[in-house]
Amino acid sequence: MARMKFVCDSERCIECNGCVTACKNENEVPWGVNRRRVVTLNDGIPGEKSISVACMHCSDAPCMAVCPVNCFYRTDEGVVLHDKDICIGCGYCSYACPFGAPQFPASGTFGVRGKMDKCTFCAGGPEVNGSQAEFEKYGRNRLAEGKLPACAEMCSTKALLAGDGDVVADIFRNRVVQRGKGAEVWGWGTAYGSKQAGQAPAGAKS
Amino acid sequence: MKRLVMLATALAVLTGLAACGDKPQTLGVNKSDVAAFQGAQNRFVAPGWTPADKKSWEQGLKARMQNTQNEYSKTN
Repeated sequence: MARMKFVCDSERCIECNGCVTACKNENEVPWGVNRRRVVTLNDGIPGEKSISVACMHCSDAPCMAVCPVNCFYRTDEGVVLHDKDICIGCGYCSYACPFGAPQFPASGTFGVRGKMDKCTFCAGGPEVNGSQAEFEKYGRNRLAEGKLPACAEMCSTKALLAGDGDVVADIFRNRVVQRGKGAEVWGWGTAYGSKQAGQAPAGAKS
Repeated sequence: MKRLVMLATALAVLTGLAACGDKPQTLGVNKSDVAAFQGAQNRFVAPGWTPADKKSWEQGLKARMQNTQNEYSKTN
């Protein structure tokens, strides 16, 4: 099996926020924290595009590189997870992440920043798979249940794809070939290092 | 003169060995996580695959991907 990947098909996303709701419900994410959200580009202008964004579980994750307490780890399937028992809530990962994935629950007096929370690819954390302790800290471990992330399985237009990178790429490639135009797969190059998708268009200003 | 050379040698040796007293500053290894294919200890495990069998888990997920995320009839 290849590594786990996300891709959002902007031609199909209708900004219904079903993925956001599915994630919040499945993982019982606290108030004020959104592990996944839908971003609309050129909102209100004809031809606007929406994409669903969360942690992309990057191949070379910047959050892992900057964490001062080394709380991140990567599973054999390429899912980037973190240990909340080690996290000190410093927020460095939040500055490093190109997708704005790390979230911090603002609870307690003076809005003290809590431990970081982010998408786990529905793979839980270091606690025993499927245990109550794991659920309370990280949410459901659907991968250990033989399922895929709730956001992707819930997507009504099949815009959000998640799972084995080979299968994801195969499904998406088929669509792109049928359409006969560019892939417009935002975030794929940033997360997984594809030259084709990651490069700016020729002549574009940086 | 001989004493000066000996002193200089002793100083050089001490300086050279100073690093040997340094304690390693690498961070500890993270808690180990049990692989997902080992299965979850709850009643929500999807049927059709055998927990602790990696091949079976992978095939189950691939089949689930094709069944839930691929639309063979609508590819645009």
